[in-house]
Amino acid sequence: MINATDLTKKYGKKTVLDIPSLEIPKGQTFGLVGNNGAGKTTFFNLVLDLIQPTTGNILNNEIQVDKSEDWKPFTSAFIDESFLIGYLTPEEYFDFIARLRGVNQVDLVAFLDQFKELFNDEILGQKKYLRDLSKGNQKKAGIVAALIGHPEVVILDEPFANLDPTTQIRLKKTLKQINDNSKSTLLISSHDLGHITEVCERIVVLNKGEVIKDLKTSDQTLKELEQFFAT
Amino acid sequence: MVSEFSRLEWKQFVRSTYWQKSVALNIFLIFIALYFILVFLGLGVGLFPILKEKFPEKDPFNIVNQFLFYWFLADLLLRFFFQKLPVMTVKPLLVLPLKKSRIVHYVLGKSLISFFNFLPLFTIIPFGLTLIFNGYEMSPVINWMLLLVIGTQIVNFLNFIIESKSASTDLSMLPILLIIGSLYLLNHYQIITLDLYLSNAVKWLISNSLYLLIPIAIVGVLYFVNFRILIGQLYLDQGLQSKDTVVSSSDLSWTNRFGASATFLQLDLRMLWRNKRPRSSVFIVMIGLLYGLFFYPNPIYQSMQPMYVFVGIFVTGIFLINFGQFIPAWDSGYYKLLMSQNITYRDYLQSKYLLMAGSAFVLFVLSIPYVYFGWKVIVIHFAAMVYNIGINTHVLLYAGSFNRKKIDLTQRAAFNYQGTGAVQWLVGIPLMLLPLGFFYLPYKLVNFETGIATLVALGILGFLFHEKLMKFITKKYIQTKYNMINAFDQDN
Repeated sequence: MINATDLTKKYGKKTVLDIPSLEIPKGQTFGLVGNNGAGKTTFFNLVLDLIQPTTGNILNNEIQVDKSEDWKPFTSAFIDESFLIGYLTPEEYFDFIARLRGVNQVDLVAFLDQFKELFNDEILGQKKYLRDLSKGNQKKAGIVAALIGHPEVVILDEPFANLDPTTQIRLKKTLKQINDNSKSTLLISSHDLGHITEVCERIVVLNKGEVIKDLKTSDQTLKELEQFFAT
Repeated sequence: MVSEFSRLEWKQFVRSTYWQKSVALNIFLIFIALYFILVFLGLGVGLFPILKEKFPEKDPFNIVNQFLFYWFLADLLLRFFFQKLPVMTVKPLLVLPLKKSRIVHYVLGKSLISFFNFLPLFTIIPFGLTLIFNGYEMSPVINWMLLLVIGTQIVNFLNFIIESKSASTDLSMLPILLIIGSLYLLNHYQIITLDLYLSNAVKWLISNSLYLLIPIAIVGVLYFVNFRILIGQLYLDQGLQSKDTVVSSSDLSWTNRFGASATFLQLDLRMLWRNKRPRSSVFIVMIGLLYGLFFYPNPIYQSMQPMYVFVGIFVTGIFLINFGQFIPAWDSGYYKLLMSQNITYRDYLQSKYLLMAGSAFVLFVLSIPYVYFGWKVIVIHFAAMVYNIGINTHVLLYAGSFNRKKIDLTQRAAFNYQGTGAVQWLVGIPLMLLPLGFFYLPYKLVNFETGIATLVALGILGFLFHEKLMKFITKKYIQTKYNMINAFDQDN
């Protein structure tokens, strides 16, 4: 689904990302881990064509992302708060995204209904603007909005950060369900090794812009990762 | 400590993307500043001989003193619109070991050396010197110069008080217009002859250097009031924080008829209504609508029909110009979302176009009562509307692709002077002056009707090429996409 070839991103002389080849097959739950500055967000920004690669390219379903905009209909993302529109209520925001994705009102309501548990009565019907919600609730709204319209590729940067423990557990459940029920390709980054090994089928470790490890998740993975980051 | 602050500000200034991207604009601003300096200097040097020649029987010094009332009024009004309290991003400084009073003293102290306080010097000093050369007594004239410098500071601090008091209301321009208007009218109809009082007061004050302590004390009091206001706002839950607002929702389903652009149109309408910054630009529209009242009843302009075009463009285009200038910066807060969502640039820009064109039409309809001042007025307004819809909208959309300055919609008004200021008004000038020229030439060479026809024809031409122009503009936006995303990601 996602194919990166000879991908590098340099700022001046400093290389922040260097991936000769990376292939993420359709339907995979792909986890990205790495310390600060490892290049996780840079990679996501490149996939979303928010920054230009220095060399190489990324194909999203055979479409080169910096050449055509045709990948947009089946791709969605929540990277940070700048993906939220602060002066809308969560309902209006979901409605806005749904319209862009061609999802009608009835389907949207049904879709949002699944997340009742996750929302915990703090998102819908609050008569509050998104900018006035807490960081955690903003994040929930952003993640759910990214799932509207069952996009084939979903990119979530640090989805677990800022969430309370209950929500983290519920979110993990939701993400696993998505993976079971649909053919969505999920790209997730996290600093929480426990969460990401639990959710993802495959984990790639980035360090200083390079792929250090590419693991298929098993019972040993968490241990292996912990050992790697401890040294 | 002051030097530390200054260094911070300097860095904030030169390291902002805005500065780096728009050196040309800054040079332009410097030229404007030089121009004003020259004008004021000319006024200072020329004032005495001109007054002497025009009113040989009167004492020029007296005339000037009587005029001071208007000078200070105008000063206050101009400052309100153009001068903003020197902003410093204070939030990160709050937890550092700095006394709050220090921060506030610095912010206020910096305002003392603003360009607005320097400019009058170029008139005051040459005029004072010519007075001395012409045999006026030395010490009162020097006192007079000092007094005016102090007076300028009084206006300076008075303005900040008015600004901070009115910034928290929606109709932030109303208080200042009320104050200035009522003072002016009281004086104009001789109910209270403020200009005489002021000139007498000035004469008395300059008769003895010690009396100057009185205005200095006034500066002190105003400074103190400013200090109290600002220090009260240096709390996260006061001036620096945005309040939770209760949602006001309205039914916007009528926009659905605009098809693909409707989604964005709704977003824009909500953006305009729910954020303080853009909302104030909606209120400017109301003031703009009344602008014609200053012009049309005035017999001086009766013979100057080309000026009507200027008014027409202004009245029908004020929203368009105000809003259009900040496309796409209004959406800078969530630009990354728009860029990665299932959106074509074309639809996005088309919705902005619809909003601007629609506003011109609505404002034209609202301006129909001006027909009272003659049918020509309304014909001109119509032509101006067509020109606005056909030409100015596209120009503004195109100009928007050069926009690199983020607007933070969520910031509260008290410390939020982002993106406003002299530049905003300067950009509007060609938009209003060009049509004036397009009208004036055929009007002078042929007649009124030809002038109107030219404007309308240009507007229609723009309208006919709408698709082509939009394609071109869209391409430009796509080209600058990465730069824009990067710039909107930064705080300054």
